[in-house]
Amino acid sequence: MKRDAWQDLALGAVLLAVAACLPWFGGSYWLSIGVTIAMYTVLATSWALFSGPTHYISLATAAFFGIGTYTTGLGIDHLPYWVLLPIAGVLGAVLAGLVGLATLRLSGVYFVIFTLGLAELVRQIITWVQNFSGQKGLYVLTDITEADIYWQLLGLAGLVFLGGWAIGRSRLGFALRIIGDDETVARHSGINTARAKVILFMVPGAVAAIAGAILAPRYVYIEPLLAFTPMLSFQVVIMALLGGTGRLWGPLVGVIPFTFLWEAISASFPNQTTLLLGLCFLLIVYLLPKGFVGLIESVRRWARNREGYA
Amino acid sequence: MDILITGLLLGGTYALIAVGLNLQYGMVRIMNLANGELIVIGGFAAFWFQTAASVSPLLTVFLVAPVAFALNWLIYTVMLRPLVKRAKSRGQLEVDAILTTFGLSFVAVGVMLAVFGGDYFSYSYLARPVELLGATFGLNRIMAFLGAVVICGALYLWLNHSRPGLSIRAIAVAPQSARLVGIDVQKLSALAFALGGAVTAVGGGLISMFLTLDASTGVMFTLKALIIVIMGGVGDMRGTIVAALALGVLESFVASVLDPGLTLAAAYLLFLLVLLFRPQGLFGRGQA
Repeated sequence: MKRDAWQDLALGAVLLAVAACLPWFGGSYWLSIGVTIAMYTVLATSWALFSGPTHYISLATAAFFGIGTYTTGLGIDHLPYWVLLPIAGVLGAVLAGLVGLATLRLSGVYFVIFTLGLAELVRQIITWVQNFSGQKGLYVLTDITEADIYWQLLGLAGLVFLGGWAIGRSRLGFALRIIGDDETVARHSGINTARAKVILFMVPGAVAAIAGAILAPRYVYIEPLLAFTPMLSFQVVIMALLGGTGRLWGPLVGVIPFTFLWEAISASFPNQTTLLLGLCFLLIVYLLPKGFVGLIESVRRWARNREGYA
Repeated sequence: MDILITGLLLGGTYALIAVGLNLQYGMVRIMNLANGELIVIGGFAAFWFQTAASVSPLLTVFLVAPVAFALNWLIYTVMLRPLVKRAKSRGQLEVDAILTTFGLSFVAVGVMLAVFGGDYFSYSYLARPVELLGATFGLNRIMAFLGAVVICGALYLWLNHSRPGLSIRAIAVAPQSARLVGIDVQKLSALAFALGGAVTAVGGGLISMFLTLDASTGVMFTLKALIIVIMGGVGDMRGTIVAALALGVLESFVASVLDPGLTLAAAYLLFLLVLLFRPQGLFGRGQA
């Protein structure tokens, strides 16, 4: 068991190192695809850390991401860039903590509804404040290149995977799996369910905010509609569920094909991305309830059984 | 004073769409997140008939209602019933229903974008000023409010004083036990779901008389209807109506005193207070 764990870690490190070579070999097109994939990997994997075991569907990714973007946008002229990333993380975690405290004591529906409007809520408040101060958007002018962004996102992805691996082995991860199976049982065996959920929800909050802060220099010009695009939350949910939340690497399996599909659709039929998103939701519910991971595992089980009987 | 009346008029139409959602969520326990798209579809129908054939929106709703009823009945029997059967627990059904209806809502938005494009659309109908208690209001708002009152009233009477209404309320309280006393749960659930959809679509037709809609505004209505349903108490018609009026008044207050861009923030504040202090709804009985 222990050796397996080390093997997994080593394999992960090697894959990360291979991925890190992309800026030297791929052209600028591949690099921009790489940034997109790295971004969604970070977001979808951290989303699945919370929503996978608990089955609480969070639609707040865009809110945290936007907060991170704005942290960089507002702070870049006053503070060194490296300080902004942890600040964004703390802000995201605090917001997630507050949302969690208000909604996670109650049933899942309240949480879904609250997170559904959260990005729009933050956007309205920022727009309102900006109307007062008279400025419409923010310029983020840095000498950070696309490759720098890509490496930062890869580093963050590495941290997320490491964190998810550690949480899976900790008491907290164990507690969450029990909560996901049966919350009443969890409560009776002495788990403080609300606290466990709130703490874990802070992880995707912080990660999404950091990802937003990292990506801000890529946008150059930041305005509320761009930073808090509600589509982002749904894309993350789709990718994570399409891949499957049962395994740590599951969302990654969803991110890669979905990114290419999304690029292809938005290049040729820009108005049909919503339709695609809707069809993917239905596909997940009716055909792939456990995602690609579930599909792979049932194929494997089938193959093994066949060998056994032959 | 005119803020209060504007708010009540707006709240009346909110009540209609929230009552529709509450029939679906409170009675049948399907959280329908495609609710807002149904409003937009109802609005589109009213717009189309008004501009192409100059048919009054107040007549169009009589066409919209049966079509929406049939559509929702189909959605329930074809798409949602298998999920109800497959679900092992209420939580699992909720997750499945949320994902499915999200999917439906995105499909609806995608189809509407393809057919109508992304433009805003509005038409002018009964946009005459009317004097009421010393202030002036659009006649269309008042007509929409009256329509909402009639439908909510009829629905309330039907639910509380008829045999199918009684059965539906029984299903809302205890779906398992309702079967034991000879209630056809499957048929009545489909009926209540379809009825909820019809009420919502009619609400959309009425709203389009005075609000500008576009293909992707649906989600804002969904959000507001959800907040109203939770505030009023799931499955509680009376609470829903009170909550809708409260939200309407709060919104028009915020829009005229602070900033029209902050209406959702105001709704959220109300939602947060409800979650913190009365998560079971305004008139709900304690049972967390």
